[in-house]
Amino acid sequence: MIPAPFSYHRPKTVSEAATLLAQFGDDGRLLAGGQSLIPMMKLRLATPEHVIDLAGLDDLRTIERTDNTLIIGALTTQAELATSNVVADALPIVREASLLVADPQVRYVGTLGGNLANGDPGNDMPAVMMCLNAAFRLVSQGGTRSVKARDFYQGTYVTALKPDEILTAIEIPLPPGGHGFAYEKLKRKIGDYATAAAGVVLTARDGRITTCAITLSNLADKALFAKDAVAAVVGSALDKVALEAAAKAARAIMSPASDARGTAEYRTFVGGVMVERALQRAFARAKN
Amino acid sequence: MAKSHVKMNINGRDVESLVEPRTLLIHFLREQLDLTGAHIGCDTTHCGACTIDLNGKSVKSCTMFAVQAEGAKITTIEGMANADGSLHALQEGFRMMHGLQCGYCTPGMIMRAHRLLQENPNPSDEEIRFGISGNLCRCTGYQNIVKAIQYAAAKLSGAAHVEAAQ
Repeated sequence: MIPAPFSYHRPKTVSEAATLLAQFGDDGRLLAGGQSLIPMMKLRLATPEHVIDLAGLDDLRTIERTDNTLIIGALTTQAELATSNVVADALPIVREASLLVADPQVRYVGTLGGNLANGDPGNDMPAVMMCLNAAFRLVSQGGTRSVKARDFYQGTYVTALKPDEILTAIEIPLPPGGHGFAYEKLKRKIGDYATAAAGVVLTARDGRITTCAITLSNLADKALFAKDAVAAVVGSALDKVALEAAAKAARAIMSPASDARGTAEYRTFVGGVMVERALQRAFARAKN
Repeated sequence: MAKSHVKMNINGRDVESLVEPRTLLIHFLREQLDLTGAHIGCDTTHCGACTIDLNGKSVKSCTMFAVQAEGAKITTIEGMANADGSLHALQEGFRMMHGLQCGYCTPGMIMRAHRLLQENPNPSDEEIRFGISGNLCRCTGYQNIVKAIQYAAAKLSGAAHVEAAQ
């Protein structure tokens, strides 16, 4: 109910934030929107001695479009993603997924960076960013490095982020105009985490799929890239055989928890259904 | 532990105080400022009974530290009625359309609806339901809440309101 006591810090620059994070080590936690961290602190599942509030870092709120990438600052909120014309035009799957995250209040405050850096297998944006082959910019006192989303997630709350690093920006190569996309999320009620969710981005030509990415949310201890499911559909006209093969291949890599959202068997079954629906919607949207 | 100094503008008044960093905004409002309109209805950030309007956003005040609200402009349910005491269109709508029973979710509903109508002054029923999906009500089944918000939308946009025929 009431978080444990902590010291509060509000750095004015990324550099200052990185210095503080290095100084506090395991005793420090970064605070972005707080819509994941604060609930954990209220349950005392997280009890950092030092909280480093990133809210003063306005540099991390921008959305910048270059010729072939979109660079989104980590502090961009879900609401900003959902209402940005730039995002709607260049990355419609991001807009679609952001509207499926939590509820309006949480979206006003919760950030893209927080949703990505936490390593919570229930979050939606990891699978979306893996689908888009995004790269994460990680900054520490020692410098900056880039890690692809597809290499970032290792397990429940375990990622490639080092303890002294801050995820500052997400760089996303732009899918070609006319690409097909869909984020299909099954949930118990609006605002819930996924019972099972699948993201698809694809291109098509002459009625056949030419490129494809398929990712899965909350169907394992981390977001998954379903490469065998992709192989099952590339080159096809997404006929019934290809669809079923994709669902089967995706199911083979799922290992969801049995919990209040369903048994592992149920979630694996509907996970395959989400893959099929996402593929169908994406294919229907693709211009070829 | 050392307290932090916070300043904010709440319902048009400048407010200053000392808080522990761990003090949640909802507790600051209720216990230090006696603004008990915002309610605590859960422990999991689901129910929305604590919803306030902060810098033009609907925010669940149970999931923000008071120190994060430094410099913020906040409106709570206590700030919704007009200066002469007449009700805001939303308060009138909840009264006229019986949008509450126990009333526990109501301040949060109204504060969320207030921002929703700024985002979308003429929402459909479905847009209202999606728009208040962060606010739970155990009493009403939401039907009259939707009607109350439609009442307010109509009144605010100057249309003559039509009393629900049902």
